[in-house]
Amino acid sequence: MALPLSDSGPLEGPPVSYDPDLERIEIELLLEGVYRHYGFDFRSYAYASIRRRLWKRVEAEGLRSISELQALALHDATAMDRLLLDLSISVTAMFRDPDFYRVFRQEVVPLLRTYPFIRIWHAGCSTGEEVYSAAIVLEEEGLLDRARIYATDINDRVLKQAKAGIFPLNRMQEYTENYINAGGQRSFSEYYTAMYDGALFSPSLTRNTVFSQHNLVTDRSFSEFHMVFCRNVLIYFDRALQDRVHALFYDSLVMLGILALGSKESLRFSQYEDCYEMLHVKERIYRKVR
Amino acid sequence: MTYEIAVIGTSWGGLAALHQILGALPSSFRLPVVVVQHRHKDSGQFLPRVLQDDTSLCVCDVEDKTPIVSGNIYIAPANYHVLIERGHLSLSTDEPVAFSRPSIDVTFISAADAYRKGVVGIVLTGANSDGARGLKRVSDRGGLAIVQRPETAESSIMPAAALRQVPGARVLTLAEIADVLAALTVAPAQRRTGT
Ligand SMILES: C[S@@+](CC[C@H](N)C(=O)[O-])C[C@H]1O[C@@H](n2cnc3c(N)ncnc32)[C@H](O)[C@@H]1O
Repeated sequence: MALPLSDSGPLEGPPVSYDPDLERIEIELLLEGVYRHYGFDFRSYAYASIRRRLWKRVEAEGLRSISELQALALHDATAMDRLLLDLSISVTAMFRDPDFYRVFRQEVVPLLRTYPFIRIWHAGCSTGEEVYSAAIVLEEEGLLDRARIYATDINDRVLKQAKAGIFPLNRMQEYTENYINAGGQRSFSEYYTAMYDGALFSPSLTRNTVFSQHNLVTDRSFSEFHMVFCRNVLIYFDRALQDRVHALFYDSLVMLGILALGSKESLRFSQYEDCYEMLHVKERIYRKVR
Repeated sequence: MTYEIAVIGTSWGGLAALHQILGALPSSFRLPVVVVQHRHKDSGQFLPRVLQDDTSLCVCDVEDKTPIVSGNIYIAPANYHVLIERGHLSLSTDEPVAFSRPSIDVTFISAADAYRKGVVGIVLTGANSDGARGLKRVSDRGGLAIVQRPETAESSIMPAAALRQVPGARVLTLAEIADVLAALTVAPAQRRTGT
């Protein structure tokens, strides 16, 4: 059956004639196939978002149905690579939500200071902007030398970029403003060298950081942490999967350890809500208390 | 015709327009409403707070996986897209669409795909053409498409763009839009006896 393609920009979903029940079957089959063949488990990701990404890929590959995409992804590993990039939404920024970093500096850093040695986990760190932002705060507060930082993501391409520490030059103005709004006292340009292809951040910021691949859905806890950052990752998961990942975080935190979520995420409705107290309501910073 | 959800999209001039529409909704209003208003990425909770002053309905900021409750007004947060699923709202930080996050098109399209002909899509004043494609999807799926009468809009660009995509949309003033919305939710028996 030939389906008409929209002529005005990306599809944002199927043509109107597409049967929604059939679409759901096709999407579930594709995700199941990808899981069984490649081991990437997107089966419990939030449906509306997965669906939007799949249709973008259908369109970019010049295909017309999810089933066609399934055949391509299963038979052609390079097509799977492209799909994987689409499915792991890696949009991020330095000092994203400046107020969060201000509260991190003013209210969380004093708690971390009480430990002789600090272990921090950035789960779903994407291209590393969040890791460098937190490291700048820790450096300015004199805690970076006491810290061991693990930065993980499912996607090893973004991890390579994170390790390189090169971010787009055209965003430095925005990041400088964010840094100042986050309470930064120095000149932001001290932290990077402008090169022709980007801003190279000082490698000393990641001197105590290990970047490595870790899948929140299928991998286990690998250490005990004083603080876990997991911002804007759980929004891509459905409720059941969110709860499983909260179990992982709970197991990975020391008693009184701190969990920082994205500004529109919360532990509300999760089974673990009672195990935490709120350190900061608006910035979604929690502390494990039982 | 019974509808299940209303989506409203607006940018420039939207605050005053929303004041007028929400202020005119009766407290018995039963449709959930999702409002996408373009605004600065750091604008915080200001919009839901000021709109709450207009109405006794609950105006809520959207969090990830917020359940959709009838009669609640949900305001898309700055810097996230809102995707409508059956029963709840999901957020995403995907790239901006046509420079906008939240994008009106993204929310309208997800509403139309999830609720099909149960959607009322409304495009109000605004200075860009976001919402036009989304409204077309609402209309193509059999939902009700409404556009603010361009001459009465603070900025007519957005309503005019929506009308080019959906020439059959109902073209109404803000007061008329509020009336249509209120009428949708009044049970048939009441409508006959009411004044
Ligand atoms: C939107 S980014 C968030 C980046 C950063 N934390 C922030 O808030 O700006 C989401 C990241 O989650 C990662 N991710 C998605 N599924 C994952 C999984 N199952 N395990 C680990 N990381 C995952 C994606 O690859 C992506 O880099």
